[in-house]
Amino acid sequence: MATIEPPVTLGPNVETLTAEPLSLGQMTWRRFRRHKLAIASAVMLFLMFIYCFGGAFIYSEADANYNDPRIRLQAPSAEHPFGTDTIGRDILIRTIYGGQISLLIGVTAVIVQVVIGILIGAISGYYGGLIDSLLMRFTEAILTIPTLFLLLVMAKFFGGQVPDMVLLGRTFSGSVVVIILIIGLTSWPRLARIVRAEFLSLKENDFVMAARATGAPNSQIIFRHILPNTIAPIVVTATLAVAGAIISEAYISFLGLGVQPPTATWGNMITNAANYIEDSPWLWFFPGMLILLTVLSINFVGDGLRDALDPRSRPE
Amino acid sequence: MKNRDALLELKNLRVHFNTPEGTVHAVNDISYTIYKGEAVAIVGESGCGKSVSMMSILGLIPIPPGEIVSGTAVYLGDDLLAMSEKQLEQIRGREIAMIFQDPMTSLNPVLTLGRQLTEALVRHYAMNAEQARERAVELIELVGIPDPGGRLGAYPHQFSGGMRQRVMIAMMLACNPNLLIADEPTTALDVTIQAQIVELVLAIRAKLHMSMIWITHDLGVVAGLADRVVVMYGGAIVEEAEVVSLYEQPQHPYTIALLAALPRVDQRRSSRLKSIEGAPPTLLTKPVGCPFAPRCEYVLARCRAERPPLLAVSPNHKAACWVDVNTGEPR
Repeated sequence: MATIEPPVTLGPNVETLTAEPLSLGQMTWRRFRRHKLAIASAVMLFLMFIYCFGGAFIYSEADANYNDPRIRLQAPSAEHPFGTDTIGRDILIRTIYGGQISLLIGVTAVIVQVVIGILIGAISGYYGGLIDSLLMRFTEAILTIPTLFLLLVMAKFFGGQVPDMVLLGRTFSGSVVVIILIIGLTSWPRLARIVRAEFLSLKENDFVMAARATGAPNSQIIFRHILPNTIAPIVVTATLAVAGAIISEAYISFLGLGVQPPTATWGNMITNAANYIEDSPWLWFFPGMLILLTVLSINFVGDGLRDALDPRSRPE
Repeated sequence: MKNRDALLELKNLRVHFNTPEGTVHAVNDISYTIYKGEAVAIVGESGCGKSVSMMSILGLIPIPPGEIVSGTAVYLGDDLLAMSEKQLEQIRGREIAMIFQDPMTSLNPVLTLGRQLTEALVRHYAMNAEQARERAVELIELVGIPDPGGRLGAYPHQFSGGMRQRVMIAMMLACNPNLLIADEPTTALDVTIQAQIVELVLAIRAKLHMSMIWITHDLGVVAGLADRVVVMYGGAIVEEAEVVSLYEQPQHPYTIALLAALPRVDQRRSSRLKSIEGAPPTLLTKPVGCPFAPRCEYVLARCRAERPPLLAVSPNHKAACWVDVNTGEPR
């Protein structure tokens, strides 16, 4: 009856146990980490970058464009692991260099898209009224034109207008720049609308009024106070848009209006395969697979980011 | 008392909001003066135009639907209402600062305290990052938050409501403003924290010799805080007086009713608090006569037809009423 329970021990140094508050980045990482598929995809993407940019240290660009008609359309072998194409170029090396261009286009086209989308969305949502109406009607006008037609028309129109350029010791076909610009210029409306919607609700917040009360001009309120609050949806949309841009490049190139040979991209490598779909499946299988894996991985990473960044699930 | 320097002089300010339901007459022809070093409380119930009148002089109401129909707000010789947005940006935060009601939403959730505190300094005084940081630490210390240096990297969600209001005050004091407008800064806080914040503001005001306008609907807070009280009702000023004079000899039926509605320590607890019959005016119709007439015990026929002017009843006491409440006779 009179036995005295031993005092409950909570472990050593309980008093000194303090939880450092997590920063936004740490909280995001914690949630992202739970998303197994997204982690696997992020690893996949990392490997893809190593493949494309690390591979360049093993093979030179000259190797990618070296053709030997005597070995055309050879099936994968020890010497040419991915086989050779219609004029006897090594497909493995071409997927490495093609991947660089495809990834480059994916990322830079999205940068163009994000810059335009944020500017138009932010100005439209923040100022409202006539400016908003004009910008949104313009955005909707662009949205009503089927993207494929817009891409093809612009590709046809601007194709060959930009000279080749040398960057970091490499020659880039002018058509790469054209493709980046036209993908960027046709894909911003979705993002602009997302940013606008965010701004419409965020600008009513008291902290915007407080910022104005300290004398902040509109430009600072837009870019320093409201924009950081919209980062989550922008990051998610932009990530998914990279996949979209890679696919867009693939189909314009497939239709022959994209990046012009000899510069390889995963998209224009498939073009040449169109006539050999059954006879020489390795022609489309490897670049096609790389596109598939990359796009799929980016989408999963985007989903993971959405779950991790969704402001509604963020604990106060 | 008479020969003080005016800091801010409001004259005939009228603010409307043009809404789909009609024009809201939010502020109807109000005039008052804030003198240097003075603390003025503006008292009135929700929707009587106290916040709107302050926000409109700083250009903080959205236009449209807002519209400043007439009036001037002369701050140290310049009319704020005639200023361009660029000129106002120089005034806001640096000359006149404003604290808002809800500290939970007035801080930007994704920016660190350090950034929010230093921003105005960098903007108004072109300080470099190091100077601004030092000043920010000083400010956090001034508002009584422990470990100021370590708090600069923290985000608003790591603070409680009272702490956030302190941060808000620090933000607004950053540039040593001449006039601090506090828009119900304690309404969203619980009572003990309210007392702390009031004390803090009083201490800081004494230290920095600021003038202050304290907007509130709580007459209890006002007594220990203000030198002078402006009572607003229905978008108009109904009474303006030195604080002691107002409490001891209220001259307007609305103020009398408000004071009667306050719980008092020296009264029996069983007695019920008095409430004012009726509801405040909608402000959607153009006001005719005294806005308080429909709810007033002393109402005369004249009250419904003609708006009473704000007249001095004693040297430091003005009231807008056709009736002398002491005798019940028309003035």
